[in-house]
Amino acid sequence: MKHAWILLLLLLGTSAVGYANDASELNVRELIIEHISDSYEWHIATVSGRHISIPLPVIVKGKDSGWQVFSSAQLHHGHASYHGFSIAEDGTYKGKIIETLANGDEYRPCDFSMTKNAASLLFSSMVLIIIILSCARWYRKREGKPQELSPKGFVAFVEMVVMSVVDDIIKPCIGKNYKRYTPYLLTVFFFIIFNNLLGLVPIFPGGANVTGNIAITGTLALCTFLYVNLFATKEYWKEIFWPEVPWWLKLPLPIMPAVEFLGIFTKPFALMIRLFASMLAGHALLLGLTCIVFLTVSLGAALNSGMTLFSVILSIFSNCVELLVAYIQAYVFTMLSSIYIGLSQVEAHRKK
Amino acid sequence: MDLLKPDLGLLFWMLLSFGIVFFVLAKYGFPVIVKMVDERKAYIDQSLESAKQANERLANIKVEGEKIVNEARDEQVRILNEANELRNKIISEAKDKAQLEAGKLIEEAQSHIQRDKANAMREIQHQIATLSVDIAEKVLRKNLDNRSAQLELVDKLVAEAQNN
Repeated sequence: MKHAWILLLLLLGTSAVGYANDASELNVRELIIEHISDSYEWHIATVSGRHISIPLPVIVKGKDSGWQVFSSAQLHHGHASYHGFSIAEDGTYKGKIIETLANGDEYRPCDFSMTKNAASLLFSSMVLIIIILSCARWYRKREGKPQELSPKGFVAFVEMVVMSVVDDIIKPCIGKNYKRYTPYLLTVFFFIIFNNLLGLVPIFPGGANVTGNIAITGTLALCTFLYVNLFATKEYWKEIFWPEVPWWLKLPLPIMPAVEFLGIFTKPFALMIRLFASMLAGHALLLGLTCIVFLTVSLGAALNSGMTLFSVILSIFSNCVELLVAYIQAYVFTMLSSIYIGLSQVEAHRKK
Repeated sequence: MDLLKPDLGLLFWMLLSFGIVFFVLAKYGFPVIVKMVDERKAYIDQSLESAKQANERLANIKVEGEKIVNEARDEQVRILNEANELRNKIISEAKDKAQLEAGKLIEEAQSHIQRDKANAMREIQHQIATLSVDIAEKVLRKNLDNRSAQLELVDKLVAEAQNN
């Protein structure tokens, strides 16, 4: 068994050498950035120089040509243009669709394309809805018969996760009004963890860096921001604009109110950055570790095999860590959202 | 940094999909699950409570049963004691009575014996007296065949009478 492993690694090493001979120099930075950022097609694999990818719809509103909907296959992986639209190869809009106007200027159109991340998002949302609704259906069927309510298998697992979030995060962090926020926080938790886990699956339909995209985390943070501030109590606003601190901290110069006011925005901002950065870093780390295999090709078969082994072991290890991180980040996002919501539910407790 | 700029299109898709997910799950998904789990929890709590009560009742019944058994046992002991006493009493009474009766019988028998004895004695004395008179007559008749002996007897009797 052990020998078979070594043989396999040697084989891998030599095949990688062969690959390196006819491929150009590998640019790790480019490769990683390309993988973790969005794209207009869903790249699956490259087999002997041919890209296999799923074309996705491009929806743009150009300045000259108005609304245009076409398949990203028309762009030929960025090597062609369609109705004046093409993917910028460099410049400010590198990697995005730009429109070349009649006078030769480049213009960034309104871009609602269903990109890789958007497609992955829709896919995971659909699966998530199906999973949760099928569980809910199981319960709905047994409504009013609490004696038959002991789920097994998958429903039991989902129930365990749901109830652990409710009992361990939402209830203790928010307090007595927790019921109003439970659906939102559970949705956030499942949305994040589902997209995180899907992002870890290297093959289609996983692998998109959804939760490592700032638009996604920003939207989630915005929702939490709205939830925190729209349902806040009077006491919460009083503590922000007239906190109980020595008067000189708020009268001539409103230092504390300014700090507190800033805090309203820094909290969701931190939520956004934390999730974004940790998922992005996780994806980059895994890609980087995999790239070791191809980077060491030029060092010879023996060294390459050694580094391949090293890379595989490290990749397995960091994949496990990423699994943990996927859960932890969802947990932390939900917990911090609950805490912020809990802070906005303060009662006037300092009355004397 | 390109990665830090949120993309408008993706923002739109995210708002759309998260909005739909949130709407659907918050309306039809999680509340159902949480509600039913709460219901089940309440049901389990209630079942536990009633089980506890039933247990308590059972324990009470047990205690009561034990009490009843103990009472019955005490009663049994009491009745047995009473019966014992009664028996002893009856026996002793019977004994006394028997003794009394026996004493009476014995006394009667004794007095009867005494009387019989006295009668017998009297009879015997009487017979002895007659016998001795007969004997004496016979002896006297034999002795008084001759004159002198008659006179001698008269003298002796006179002397005796004088002595008396």
